[in-house]
Amino acid sequence: MTDLITPITMPKFGLAMTEGKITSWNVSPGAQIDVGQEIADIETTKITNGYESPATGTLRRQVATEGETLPVGALLGVLADPTVSDADLDAFIEKFQSDFSSGSADTAQTDHAEPTLVTVGELTLRVQEAGQGEDTPLIFIHGFGGDLSNWMLNQNDLAGSRKTIAFDLPGHGGSTKTVGDGKPATFAATTSALMDKLGLAQAHVVGHSLGGAIALELLKTFPQKVASLSLIAPAGLGRAINMDFIDGFISADRRKTLEPVLHYLVHDKTLISRRMVEDIIRFKRLDGALQSLQTIATSCFPDGKQADDLKPVLTSFSGSAQIIWGADDEVLSPTDAKGLPDSIEVITLEQTGHMPQLEKAAEVNAAISKIIK
Amino acid sequence: MSKKSFRQAINEALRQEMQRDPRVILMGEDIAGGQGGTAGVVDAWGGVLGVTKGLYTEFGANRVFDTPISEASYIGAAVGAAATGLRPVAELMFVDFVGCCLDQIMNQAAKFRYMFGGKARTPLVIRAMYGAGFNAAAQHSQALYPLFTHIPGLKVVVPSSPYEAKGLLIEAIRDDDPVIFLENKVMYDDEEEVPDEPYSIPFGEANLTREGDDVTIVAFGRMVNFANEAADRLEKDGISCTVVDPRTTSPLDSATILECVEDTGRLVIVDESSPRCNMATDVAALVAEQAFDALKAPIRQVVPPHTPVPFATVLEKLYLPDSARIESAVRSVMAYKKAKQDA
Repeated sequence: MTDLITPITMPKFGLAMTEGKITSWNVSPGAQIDVGQEIADIETTKITNGYESPATGTLRRQVATEGETLPVGALLGVLADPTVSDADLDAFIEKFQSDFSSGSADTAQTDHAEPTLVTVGELTLRVQEAGQGEDTPLIFIHGFGGDLSNWMLNQNDLAGSRKTIAFDLPGHGGSTKTVGDGKPATFAATTSALMDKLGLAQAHVVGHSLGGAIALELLKTFPQKVASLSLIAPAGLGRAINMDFIDGFISADRRKTLEPVLHYLVHDKTLISRRMVEDIIRFKRLDGALQSLQTIATSCFPDGKQADDLKPVLTSFSGSAQIIWGADDEVLSPTDAKGLPDSIEVITLEQTGHMPQLEKAAEVNAAISKIIK
Repeated sequence: MSKKSFRQAINEALRQEMQRDPRVILMGEDIAGGQGGTAGVVDAWGGVLGVTKGLYTEFGANRVFDTPISEASYIGAAVGAAATGLRPVAELMFVDFVGCCLDQIMNQAAKFRYMFGGKARTPLVIRAMYGAGFNAAAQHSQALYPLFTHIPGLKVVVPSSPYEAKGLLIEAIRDDDPVIFLENKVMYDDEEEVPDEPYSIPFGEANLTREGDDVTIVAFGRMVNFANEAADRLEKDGISCTVVDPRTTSPLDSATILECVEDTGRLVIVDESSPRCNMATDVAALVAEQAFDALKAPIRQVVPPHTPVPFATVLEKLYLPDSARIESAVRSVMAYKKAKQDA
């Protein structure tokens, strides 16, 4: 009978997440659940997020109670066909709990190793790998001022049967604070060198914001390396950019001044937690981080406009490409995606700001899953 | 990024600044350690609690040197070296020894910039251990940061964790004014994630380690950890606290303290220094004067009694503020009801 029973377990929303608290159940026992339906709210030290059901079925049991904090992988509830008997459910739950307590909490960690430092030429890059398998790998390129944690809600989800790579661009996060001329083409060359170093001949490329422009530069110079292109609120397709965000991000040196600047990034301002602001301030305090950001801003956005027009690169790409944009983006404008060939799907997400991969992770992950199939 | 102890974080800050700037030198009693004797052992100790270990071997005798047991002479030498172009980091060992060299600090280093019309710089850092809980008796256990805070011209840093210690010490070394950097000796083995790269945390900017609606707890140095423990326990009972770590007692981030009190209306201050004219009285006066209308309850201070630090373990434990006392102070301000105005 166990093939009719699906355990619902504590998800791992972020790389640093080891446990989560069920703040509320959104469905009651007996409810018919569809895959993707938000069944509970789960709070971590970084974020509170709706947990979307990974499967379809009837919620037969809520094993975890509201307010309870449990490790990643712990049993929250059980989906099963109505024909499954209560006795079988009890046996399933008992077996799961005894297996889990006998050390599977550790194994839940093993496929999400800590980031490692990879030397690429004269640079040291902080790299987060997840997943393995034969399928074409996937590489994430974050945007201006970001780091690999921008993909905390995406990387593990997309790491099923392939290797996925997220990394800190030079000048960002835990990577060397040397950015050269700070242009997207330079970062594209670094990305290509990192792929060589990791033995990736080709990868699906996901780029966010300035990382989108970098992905396009990668395509321009190393077309054979790009299997498909998913551009999330990308730079490089228009001229306008919200310089209040760019300048504010650079000049803010305190939590109080940075927090309002970060509000430009999201539609739902409550997503900007104290912890998130603190993490970004910590990055900005590192020696060289500020100069790196200034160099990049000067190169990429001289005179308050985007310098590089990469639309021709995108329109001449023969592979699969898509653009995902939040309708309420306050940094770059979703209208930049207008006038592209029909072969490039443009997904516009309502009530979403500049970081759809964070605000609408499920939709973004679904779109990326589709294109990399 | 990796887990580092408070001791390692401080050692790394010193090492990285010495690598970056050849003007940075270290001096103090036994900080090179061992090479002065006849046993031929070099770099054996690295200070009484091993904080500077390895630096003598890496940077040599011209940049890391042991001094005679004469605070008056070597602190004076450090002040002079700073005034003439080096960036010395002098270790006073126990801060309790400051009595032997207070003139050099209070009347010389602290006054140079002011008395030379802004033309003199004194980029000096004095590191010292402070605090009770180490069973080191009354002459080696005091928390003297209020003494330095009292003196205009000095900057005073009281770090509360390894991450804070590294960033604040790098800031101290790069600062052009004399900085007193005080390390709680009980915290040397505390660990947390600390970036491998150099970074600096600005002075005069408080850190909020918890944010809540009901009570503001202002705590200094090691007491921040106790305040966090208390806040986490209280949260489970539905009392949410903001914990403010001012990081530096001079300059003091008065604005953040006042804002937090405006938000919560209640204030508990935790200070392990002796209770008369300490940081708790200073912050209480600030809030009583500038945020009186925001207060829903009297300000509570969680401080030790006005006695020397006892040596007996049991008494020393009684002497120090702890998370249970913080918790009960928070509960008392939550329970407070104002008497009727017209009663």
